[in-house]
Amino acid sequence: MKTIRMLAMAAAIPALAVAAQADTKIGMITTLSGGGAGLGVDVRDGFMLAIEQDGREGVEVVIEDDQRKPDVAVQIADRMIQSEKVDILTGIIWSNLAMAVVPAATAQNVFYLSPNAGPSALAGKRCHPNYFNVAWQNDNLHEAAGAYANEAGLKNSFILAPNYPAGQDALTGYKRMYQGELAGEIYTKLGQTDYAAEIAQIRASGADSVYFFLPGGMGISFLKQYAGSGVDLPVVGPAFSFDQGILQAVGDAALGVKNTSQWNKDLDNEANAEFVVSFQEKYGRLPSLYASQGFDTANLILSALDKAEVSDQDAFRAALKAAEFASVRGDFKFGDNHHPIQDIYVREVIKEGDVYTNKIIATGLSDHADAYAGECKM
Amino acid sequence: MTYILVLEQILNGLQLGMMLFLMAAGLTLVFGVMGLINLAHGSLYMVGAFAAAAVAGWTGSFLLALIASLAAAAAAGALMELVVIRRLYRRDHLDQVLATFALILIFSEGTRWLFGSFPLFLDVPSYLSGPVSLPGGIQYPLYRLTIILIGLAIAAGLFLLIARTRIGIQIRAGEADREMIAALGVDISKLYTLVFALGAALAGLAGALVGAIQSVQVGMGEPVLILAFVVIVIGGIGSIKGALAGALLVGMTDTLGGVFLPQLFTLFMDPASAASAGASLASMLIYILMAAILLVRPSGLYGGSA
Repeated sequence: MKTIRMLAMAAAIPALAVAAQADTKIGMITTLSGGGAGLGVDVRDGFMLAIEQDGREGVEVVIEDDQRKPDVAVQIADRMIQSEKVDILTGIIWSNLAMAVVPAATAQNVFYLSPNAGPSALAGKRCHPNYFNVAWQNDNLHEAAGAYANEAGLKNSFILAPNYPAGQDALTGYKRMYQGELAGEIYTKLGQTDYAAEIAQIRASGADSVYFFLPGGMGISFLKQYAGSGVDLPVVGPAFSFDQGILQAVGDAALGVKNTSQWNKDLDNEANAEFVVSFQEKYGRLPSLYASQGFDTANLILSALDKAEVSDQDAFRAALKAAEFASVRGDFKFGDNHHPIQDIYVREVIKEGDVYTNKIIATGLSDHADAYAGECKM
Repeated sequence: MTYILVLEQILNGLQLGMMLFLMAAGLTLVFGVMGLINLAHGSLYMVGAFAAAAVAGWTGSFLLALIASLAAAAAAGALMELVVIRRLYRRDHLDQVLATFALILIFSEGTRWLFGSFPLFLDVPSYLSGPVSLPGGIQYPLYRLTIILIGLAIAAGLFLLIARTRIGIQIRAGEADREMIAALGVDISKLYTLVFALGAALAGLAGALVGAIQSVQVGMGEPVLILAFVVIVIGGIGSIKGALAGALLVGMTDTLGGVFLPQLFTLFMDPASAASAGASLASMLIYILMAAILLVRPSGLYGGSA
């Protein structure tokens, strides 16, 4: 298996980045190749749209691809911090990569703003003054789904998620709110594409519903195979399993499915309406929740830069914490552990013309904070 | 745990095995006949899936899509052999690995450039969708059953090709002694291109068949490639029979291990940690299997003296 190791080594050869002088330097490490690329591309595009609309000078963004590999992400982070001297890092999609990068980055006095991953460890015991999560703590959307399941009268759920930090947070979050029985609980491999074995277990379990967290290509595979299997139990999921990128590849199989999200394109506020229109104009596709998170992250940074220089860390931190920017989610504020306190909605998958998308049908949880805030001492 | 579930899981293992066989057959032929490690085999799988998705999108016909996947992957394979691979036969394995790894990057980024970063839509045709009832009351997706049958048919076809035809004789002779068959007047470079294109076509077909029930996206070939390497190492490099045995073994182990290990663990752990620990061990299982087989038979199940 020497060949495989060499493959990994060769993949780690880093891309070259352009170095230039700027007042504020932001390093974005995100997934731009491989199976998770759609998520990283959306975060990047949302982020850069906000930077571009703002148009100020003296903000430079360096973007690199982590290939969804923790070792690659760590290398890029080290180089960005040590030789390129970035002030702020952002961009990581996957929780296992965030766990590898964030503690080391914040320990070196760099700010890290997460546009996606929100592992429970970083919200609780290992929280850090320089770490802000602009998206959600991982459990949040799943908690809302658990609450929705109670309301919908589901009593015997079969739950599954990939075996990595966000997957464990997902099922923990669902179980925290859900009051019914569990017909089964499965952890699948991260990046798994064949779910025949799991679907057979669902069929045999006597469940009344399925809850699954499978972001990116994993969700596409699962939904297509589920639709073809003849199992017709209702499916509930977090928005990650039904984002704008996934729905087009799944097609009719996803129609009518309920899912939970902190954002949707039909959220009624000015910032969001402008964001949806300008994103479509620039990139020719509907924004996903990942794009909205990237957009909010950039606008948060810009709002803090209006008030303080990054070099004045205390002032800049206070400016970030204040979160005085027009979030596309409407109301947005940070809790004491620098994680959002926000509304989470229930959405339904619909078809608009030829495009599959979501519409909000209810508010799942209002002003919801995460369960780990109490463990954070800072 | 009912016997229906066990039977269904065995069918799932068989289906995964058949898909792996399509990948591994080409890989093992290329390695056996030309002594070449081709890391870019997974890219041909991806090419097949994308060609199928594109053609299915234009024409709406799944059959045409499958034909397109065969043709596109075979063409890409032949081109790859003529332009790059041909120069690598006399080099050592490290050079081959580096060059074919470069090909992975070129194919991946080329595909991204052509089709974008978002997954493509390719679905099972309506006449193959939905479940069928098998004897014993098993509900099994018709499409997966079709994959098993296609795999079996191709395995039979390959055995006939290798054992009964003139090309087969040349391939076997090429494996045994490539100078000698060149001396006997066989156009060895044409034979190599042919074998390479054949292997590529099989990988492309696997990509298209699997793409319909998974997601058609850039980088979809690499995870399968790693499994295919495990298969040919277990089966014995260069042996089609070994590839079939190895593929079925890996398919069964992976599927059944993933299902039954977590359940075994619940006997002495609480369900949540059993699910997590069982899943972790299950993903290691095929590599443990490979190590165990290599301990007993260092050149694989059907390998010659390597």
